[in-house]
Amino acid sequence: MSSEKMHFEYRVEGGNFSEAGYPSSQVKKTLKQLNVEGNVIKRTVVALYEAEVNIVAHAYRGVIAVDIDTEKIIITLTDEGPGIADIKKAMEIGYSTATPEVREMGFGAGMGLSNMNTNADKLSITSEVGTGTIVEIMNYFHK
Amino acid sequence: MDVSELVTRLGLIVIGGEKGLDREITGGYTSDLLSDVMGHARSGSVWITLQTHKNVMAIASLKELSAIVLVKGYQPEADMLVQSNIEGIPVLGTEEEAFEISGKIYKHLNG
Ligand SMILES: Nc1ncnc2c1ncn2[C@@H]1O[C@H](COP(=O)(O)OP(=O)(O)OP(=O)(O)O)[C@@H](O)[C@H]1O
Ligand SMILES: [Mg+2]
Repeated sequence: MSSEKMHFEYRVEGGNFSEAGYPSSQVKKTLKQLNVEGNVIKRTVVALYEAEVNIVAHAYRGVIAVDIDTEKIIITLTDEGPGIADIKKAMEIGYSTATPEVREMGFGAGMGLSNMNTNADKLSITSEVGTGTIVEIMNYFHK
Repeated sequence: MDVSELVTRLGLIVIGGEKGLDREITGGYTSDLLSDVMGHARSGSVWITLQTHKNVMAIASLKELSAIVLVKGYQPEADMLVQSNIEGIPVLGTEEEAFEISGKIYKHLNG
């Protein structure tokens, strides 16, 4: 297993909250099987879950690509959606454009991007308004 | 303390996830904001909330929380209950408000 590279893909549908968390739980299982250190798994799962839910809450649809090698995990989330006009502002805790229905579920605190930032070794966000957003999360297995 | 002991001590109602009653409780977190829990709850915590949908279980499972306590007599939605049973993460119920039950749980964990 040790020299192997793994690649997975998941599709995410905007508005479908009932399936949210499935890719995160699959990635968690895989990392456990690979005996990745617990803290790295925890961080990765938090970052991925938040990115996943952002597609569900804010975009129309997206694809999550997961690449694992012996050193790191790279997760690329590409969505079709409204995009983010001001990424810096979106990163601020408390900033949210979530709808009232989404807020009623307890999402929309404006904390997701901040959680991603603190739980990813590298986080990159690029976005085009009216087209969509690409989020890349990278975590190393060994420090 | 495991979940069943907390249930007994505080007279909580076991609504679902019975097979997880032996899960160990090492702390608690009270919040209705999912990203707050995602970012700040520690594994082994019992989560006190009024949120009753399936995503609560997804977060509980991903964060390895020990149990959910639904306050003020709130009942889980059907798919939350199903997920609680699948994951073996207990959903517990109380008529009390979050402030009161959190205080009692805190006391039992730290007393
Ligand atoms: N994939 C995305 N597509 C479009 N907009 C996004 C996307 N991700 C984030 N945003 C924008 O950035 C804001 C902040 O995101 P963040 O995840 O921090 O908070 P939230 O999703 O609103 O609430 P929370 O994550 O706390 O439930 C969102 O409200 C939204 O306006
Ligand atoms: Mg979010």
